[in-house]
Amino acid sequence: MSQPQPIPARTLPDKAAVARALRQFLPPAGVLTDEEDLRPYECDGLTAYRKLPWIVVLPDTIEQASRVLRLCDERNIPVVARGAGTGLSGGALPLEDGVLLSLSKFTRILEIDPENRTATLEPGVRNLAITEAAAPLGLYYAPDPSSQIACSIGGNVAENAGGVHCLKYGLTVHNVLGLKFLTMDGELITLGGKTLDSPGYDLLALLTGSEGMLGVIVEITVKLLPKPEYAQVVLAAFDSVEKAGEAVATVIASGFIPSGLEMMDNFAIRAVNEYARAGYPNEAAAILLCELDGTAEEVAEGIVQVRELLLGRGATEVRASRDEAERLKFWAGRKNAFPAVGRIARDYYCMDGTIPRKHIGQVLTAIGKLSQEYGLPVANVFHAGDGNLHPLILYDANQPGQLARAEEFGGRILELCVAVGGTITGEHGVGVEKINQMCVQFTQEELAQFHALKAAFDPKGLLNPGKAVPKPARCAEFGRMHVHGGKLKFPEMERF
Amino acid sequence: MTNNADISQKLADAVREAAANHALLAIQGNGTKAFYTGALSGTPLDVTGHRGVVSYEPTELVITARAGTPLAEIEAALAERGQMLGFEPPYFGEAATLGGTIACGFSGPRRPYAGAARDFVLGAKIINGKGEILRFGGQVMKNVAGFDVSRLMVGAFGTLGVLLEVSLKVLPKPARELTLAFEMNAAEAVKQMNAWAAQPLPLSAACHADDTLYFRLSGTESGVRAAQAKLGGNAVENSERFWREIREHRLNFFQNGSPLWRLSIPSATPPIDLPGKWLTDWGGAQRWLKSDTPAADIRQETEEVGGHATLFRSLNQKRAPLAVLSPGLISLHRQLKLAFDPHAVLNANSG
Repeated sequence: MSQPQPIPARTLPDKAAVARALRQFLPPAGVLTDEEDLRPYECDGLTAYRKLPWIVVLPDTIEQASRVLRLCDERNIPVVARGAGTGLSGGALPLEDGVLLSLSKFTRILEIDPENRTATLEPGVRNLAITEAAAPLGLYYAPDPSSQIACSIGGNVAENAGGVHCLKYGLTVHNVLGLKFLTMDGELITLGGKTLDSPGYDLLALLTGSEGMLGVIVEITVKLLPKPEYAQVVLAAFDSVEKAGEAVATVIASGFIPSGLEMMDNFAIRAVNEYARAGYPNEAAAILLCELDGTAEEVAEGIVQVRELLLGRGATEVRASRDEAERLKFWAGRKNAFPAVGRIARDYYCMDGTIPRKHIGQVLTAIGKLSQEYGLPVANVFHAGDGNLHPLILYDANQPGQLARAEEFGGRILELCVAVGGTITGEHGVGVEKINQMCVQFTQEELAQFHALKAAFDPKGLLNPGKAVPKPARCAEFGRMHVHGGKLKFPEMERF
Repeated sequence: MTNNADISQKLADAVREAAANHALLAIQGNGTKAFYTGALSGTPLDVTGHRGVVSYEPTELVITARAGTPLAEIEAALAERGQMLGFEPPYFGEAATLGGTIACGFSGPRRPYAGAARDFVLGAKIINGKGEILRFGGQVMKNVAGFDVSRLMVGAFGTLGVLLEVSLKVLPKPARELTLAFEMNAAEAVKQMNAWAAQPLPLSAACHADDTLYFRLSGTESGVRAAQAKLGGNAVENSERFWREIREHRLNFFQNGSPLWRLSIPSATPPIDLPGKWLTDWGGAQRWLKSDTPAADIRQETEEVGGHATLFRSLNQKRAPLAVLSPGLISLHRQLKLAFDPHAVLNANSG
């Protein structure tokens, strides 16, 4: 049982016959096989990786989704589940010989329970739609990934999505109470519900962030929190990224848990000032946005103390938002940072390492040096309070070699994160993107344990194969290639 | 005994040897929660010698300690720096270790508002059933590389691996805590707890015992004062002791001989019509029942409201470590157990 069973050798089944079998129980528009219909599914939010799926299915009901899985299981056809397709690590990258199972028709909010403060949702419900539905009750759903307008809760669970507010309110894993998921052989499993825990192993935690490798999530119950009475943001400018990094550690150590603590470097500041008229100090080497929420009294007391802490750490300027309009204006720049950078560069590559907060200054300095080495600019805009970096590497895919250089640069950043005691991904997932860096973070035995765990749920290895956990052979190959500084992609290699 | 010792190799050797010989091992801390797990089969594997805080950096809000470290030692180290464990873990005996605390995964009164034991686990080093030392998660706040094996260890009662080290996120101690008491019956209390939980108040515990609703506020001086003005009630003297007695099951309620059941149910569920004595904690989400009612009746009534019931303490009943699961879940549990412990070496129940 220690080694996962390999995918049985098979010849590709007849596509027309499989499509016919699927149309037996799916509506005609729910089975796509023509290239023009398949094209929109060729990539997720990580557009550098594209593959045309073999067949796309769009079931309407759990029963239909279950039958799709059963059919694929019987015929040894791999399956990739897809939510809104906003993921940033290629977790929903389709397979040329596999079925792409889209959950985009599962968009109903099944229940908002005001007494127990829970929402029960189909996986295709958009993250922001949960908060909108709960707002009349004075409640909201806390995790707020920056793609929250578009991303769906099913994908949030599959990736354990974070966001600005998870510093205080936790990641997706801290806010999910129950799940229903389908195993590869089509069985419906229920975990938890509206209770704070469920019997047996903590499969709820295990499924969260499992990147579609263990099961297909078809229903989610989340907890809703009371909307804070009041929130206020402090904007602090620094003349070096090191000082800003130290200020982050100071705020955290002082006993505050801000509801958000974000950092932007000069490149990002200039980009958003131009794009969103954010009004950030243009000359600052870095700014911090520190939001406190709670009762009006708590916030007022906290803002005074945070201001002093930041000034004590060498802030050249500290502004507190004077009203709700100004608070939103302070945030508008941060929220528009990615599109603002996107306007400057033809393409950008968003990284996602997490490090101990005390190393922020040091790691940003090292990233700056790497930026010079690779000749590619970097903008840093990230969740500093969590130590979760998001360096944006700017490149131009039309220039030969730039994408490969950007990827190698990104890989170096992730290895740097591991070297200072951090991780290669804080909230975006491994997907196909960081599969090589998994070899840096984990030993062969640890990877083998992941494979055994996967096999416990999916003995044939048909669910989202090739993602998240590399095969030992791939790591051996990566290690060798890494030493020689060659290209990092081996699409032809056998993967998990 | 030294305060700081790393015996992980010795422990791993013992597991490897047991796996080779198809022998059974019973992981042993200080036994403070043996009442819950029941008797285990096999040779004891004493992990109490594997102890000591490996690293603690208050500015990172992270502590990493070996499994045999006494919980009291960890909490004392945190208190010195004005920090605490957010899940307010029950000890059930002074000698409780970190490993036992995480393996059982119990959480105290702060759980509904701050999070459970599993919510604070950032990483773990374990020995799997093959005797391999493996590390999952880490010491950073956000980490989605690989499956979340460290959280899977919480509440797994050592059946998937021997815990060696655990990294926990810690929280700053609130500047001020205040407990308010209100006289009311259980039905009113459940309504009140849930109504207040829906409002932006600095809540940190809510329980109902002996016709009194106890409500704890934690936060800044001014925030707690403002909330008190809004809620009214009577301030409770020496409330730290009260919450400790709830957490440790030392209140009179827990003292008589009937079996003690734990019901985990949706928090707003009205009082359940089962004979016995009740105590409501976790803002309504955890109900304690002292009752001689047959287990099947208690389980059925609890499932009807969307929850599950566990026999927590009993003088004369044998108990299974895991609650009742659906057939699909049982199969997944078996496969997972095999994935981590293929020779079924670790913590087999003898009951």
